[in-house]
Amino acid sequence: MLDKKRVEKSPVELSKKDFVSDQMVKWCPGCGAHAILAAIHKVFPEIGYKKENFCFVSGIGCSSRFPYYVDTYGFHGIHGRAAAIASGVKMANTELSLWVATGDGDSMAIGGNHFIHLIRRNIDINVLLFNNQVYGLTKGQYSPTTPRGGITKTSPHGTIEHPFNTAGLVMGAQGTFFARCLDNNINMMRDVMYEAAKHDGTSVVEILQSCVIYSEDAFENITSKEARDETQLRLEHGKPMIFGKNRDKGIVLSGNKLRVVNIGENGVKEEDLLVHDQYKKDPGIHRMLGRMQPPKYPIALGVIRAAPFNTYDRLLNEQIENAKQSSSIQCVDDLLNSGDTWEIK
Amino acid sequence: MVKKSNVVELEDVVVKFVGDSGDGMQLAGTLFSEMAAFSGNDLATFPDFPAEIRAPHNTVAGVSGFQIHVGKRKIYTPGDMCDVLVAMNPASLRANVKWAKDGATILLDESTFDEKAIHKAGYQENPLKDESLRDYNVVKAPITELTKKSLQDLNVDKKLAPRTKNMFALGMITYLFNRELERAISLVERKFGSKPEVFEANKAVISAGYKYAESLESIKATYKVDPAPMEKGRYRNITGNVATAWGLLAASERSGRPFFLGSYPITPATEILMELSHHKSLEAKVFQAEDEIAGICSAIGASFAGSFAATTTSGPGLSLKSEAIGLAVMTELPLVIVNVQRGGPSTGLPTKSEQSDLLQALYGRNGECPVIVMAASSPANCFYYAYQASKLSMEHMTPVILLTDGYLGLGSELLKIPKVKELPEINPPLAKPNDPDYKPYKRDENSLVRKWAAPGTDGLRHRIGGLEKTNIDGNVSTDPLNHQLMVKLREEKVKRVENYIPEQTLVGEESGDLLVIGWGGTEGALISTVKRMQEENYKISLAHFNYIKPLPKNTKNILSNFKKIIVCELNMGQFVNYLKISFPEFHYYQYNKVQGLPFHVNELTEVFKNILEENKHA
Repeated sequence: MLDKKRVEKSPVELSKKDFVSDQMVKWCPGCGAHAILAAIHKVFPEIGYKKENFCFVSGIGCSSRFPYYVDTYGFHGIHGRAAAIASGVKMANTELSLWVATGDGDSMAIGGNHFIHLIRRNIDINVLLFNNQVYGLTKGQYSPTTPRGGITKTSPHGTIEHPFNTAGLVMGAQGTFFARCLDNNINMMRDVMYEAAKHDGTSVVEILQSCVIYSEDAFENITSKEARDETQLRLEHGKPMIFGKNRDKGIVLSGNKLRVVNIGENGVKEEDLLVHDQYKKDPGIHRMLGRMQPPKYPIALGVIRAAPFNTYDRLLNEQIENAKQSSSIQCVDDLLNSGDTWEIK
Repeated sequence: MVKKSNVVELEDVVVKFVGDSGDGMQLAGTLFSEMAAFSGNDLATFPDFPAEIRAPHNTVAGVSGFQIHVGKRKIYTPGDMCDVLVAMNPASLRANVKWAKDGATILLDESTFDEKAIHKAGYQENPLKDESLRDYNVVKAPITELTKKSLQDLNVDKKLAPRTKNMFALGMITYLFNRELERAISLVERKFGSKPEVFEANKAVISAGYKYAESLESIKATYKVDPAPMEKGRYRNITGNVATAWGLLAASERSGRPFFLGSYPITPATEILMELSHHKSLEAKVFQAEDEIAGICSAIGASFAGSFAATTTSGPGLSLKSEAIGLAVMTELPLVIVNVQRGGPSTGLPTKSEQSDLLQALYGRNGECPVIVMAASSPANCFYYAYQASKLSMEHMTPVILLTDGYLGLGSELLKIPKVKELPEINPPLAKPNDPDYKPYKRDENSLVRKWAAPGTDGLRHRIGGLEKTNIDGNVSTDPLNHQLMVKLREEKVKRVENYIPEQTLVGEESGDLLVIGWGGTEGALISTVKRMQEENYKISLAHFNYIKPLPKNTKNILSNFKKIIVCELNMGQFVNYLKISFPEFHYYQYNKVQGLPFHVNELTEVFKNILEENKHA
């Protein structure tokens, strides 16, 4: 159970069924969103807060139906604005465990502005970003993360846009927490979501999710049976960065660049590998890890960055407490009578 | 020294201070209005500054002004034309001489009328030497030079001289209006008391200005404005924007709901955001968002979470907020949207006033999307209408658009300070924790209002959002009949607010030859005109609207008692069209002006007389 935060704990032990809502889940069969929902149902009881203190906020898109399927407080907003709505919810009640469900289009196209500013402010909100590299709900147009050349209904000749790297965007916006996971690994999602809840500040969890209708093989290169061991690097804090079917590959820092090495070749030993420090404040290595992509590199999964910085909501509360103690204006009558006033008799 | 004995008593007087941006005209004007307020006058003020922060020196574009109307009677507007114009350079004279009454006193800083400045202002000839000012009582004073001289004996920074010449002018005006120099100095001390050197310099200059005026032969008479008969009580001077901010805070306190503001800076509404950001001691959470949309969306989030939330903006910002207003309508959450209107469309005239966002407020959203629409009508009553908008918003669980305008927002007048506990109660319909009967869209039978249940409250978990929901249960629904029912319920809920607002009042008799109709920020000019014509025995009355949607229940009754109706607006006829839709049985005359300027009493008088004349010939 998380006890670091001020969120009120549940007096009784909760289970998955406490968080399943009575609404029919309307995602396509086989959609990765079902697994994400299962991971949330699993991790919320473990986080241990009172049910009423969880709140989901979303925008528009397949991902954004999420709040209806979790039996907590929920708010289904408008396209792109979940981050802004959630910021208001959190400021109004800093003791909520607040979760945003959003997609690649919702957060990085129409909602790009709110997304980067939420991250910059480091408001204590957990963002689950379902990245399927396509607009699903409007039936298959390219999104800001569709790889260049991707053929979609609005890019019949291939997109000519350079896609966002989510990690790069989040860390460029001064992000303090970024994690990446796959929709086909519920345990990894659960672990990462727990870490996100634990982090003070804006936590962005990018979930690479395939859309069974419009982008089924989007992540084939990293999820297929043949490829996955060689293309996935599961990061764990304090552990060396090792991957490969035979656990024989690793990452080293060479000059100011990351490099893939084979353990045992050219005298490279396990001790030479980079050890993951997710709490490092300097984002340099986190940025490089976030940007790694096959074929040159494996893709980094797990918590890439969880740097401790002060949060907006905590600083806001501090300013309010200080003002209440030091100001001569304690109520609106004081305010109305402050400054130049005079009596007419 | 020649002592003036000729003191002229005035009912009211309009003084305008104009100069280059940075000449300190706003400060001179503010101090003069404070002197008047302390002497018991009623007053109204209006600043007139360029959109640019510092436009090129000595150009017409860089002219900054401050107008004050003081009186021994009730003052309704900052005044149309001025009786006294203080002009600190040629450009400010050129830009403002058209606003001086015939015979007005024009006080000029002669030192600034050099060839270069005269040409930069766009004059071909020196206006002090040709005949162009012959209709005015011109008082020429080498203010810049005398200011320097008066600082000579003080050991102060040379740079203070150009920055204190406004005080020289103020000193002269203090004398001209028989105000006490000591009072003026004490006000200056309050302003600069923490910086002794600056205070000493200002004190020396204002005293020198006063003494210089005393000795000046071109001042043939001085003026006196006696105290106005005012209701007993404590008063302060307040701008519409500050009054709006405080009204919101008062509503938060009275309702027990913590305050949240999500806003983005925009002229002329920014002062509300700035003012509120200073009140963390009242637990006001003020969020300067990344854009207008985030401003309102954060406010909606805060409202969902149980705070009393507001967003403040001007026309272009209201456009950006449209979709989110729909979300607040759909989720039936309290939210006050203040629109300090300016000239439009697009960027338009940011620093000028207009009433052209009314139809946007009423209809500017997708879908059938009713909200309460209200308008404040004077700087001081922005407090009351902001309070009232907040009350209606919370008690009726609906967004309210409160329209003010730049003229109200930046203008000031005296506010009789109310006591918060004497303001009307605000009782938001909060759901009780663990209420087994709680349903998100279960409604009160009479008001059709749903309950407010904030996240964190035990036993009231629910999900709402922008998708259509079933009535009562609040589940997502595309059922055709449910949608029609919900559309009607949302409209009817706002309509029934008419049972909770005061009836429309009239200035004047309940029947007559001409009913003048206005709304919002034009009230001062309309009241002044109508009262003046009533004194001349015209059968004219004014119905000035503050509640627009819904309209007060007695509106139709009022309209039916007059031979003619004229609707006056600073737009192309938005309220008159709304009245035509609401009450098509009446004939409406209309008078519209879209110049970024307020109505003037003389123009309105002429319009009204023409319509009444036409009556006689008909």
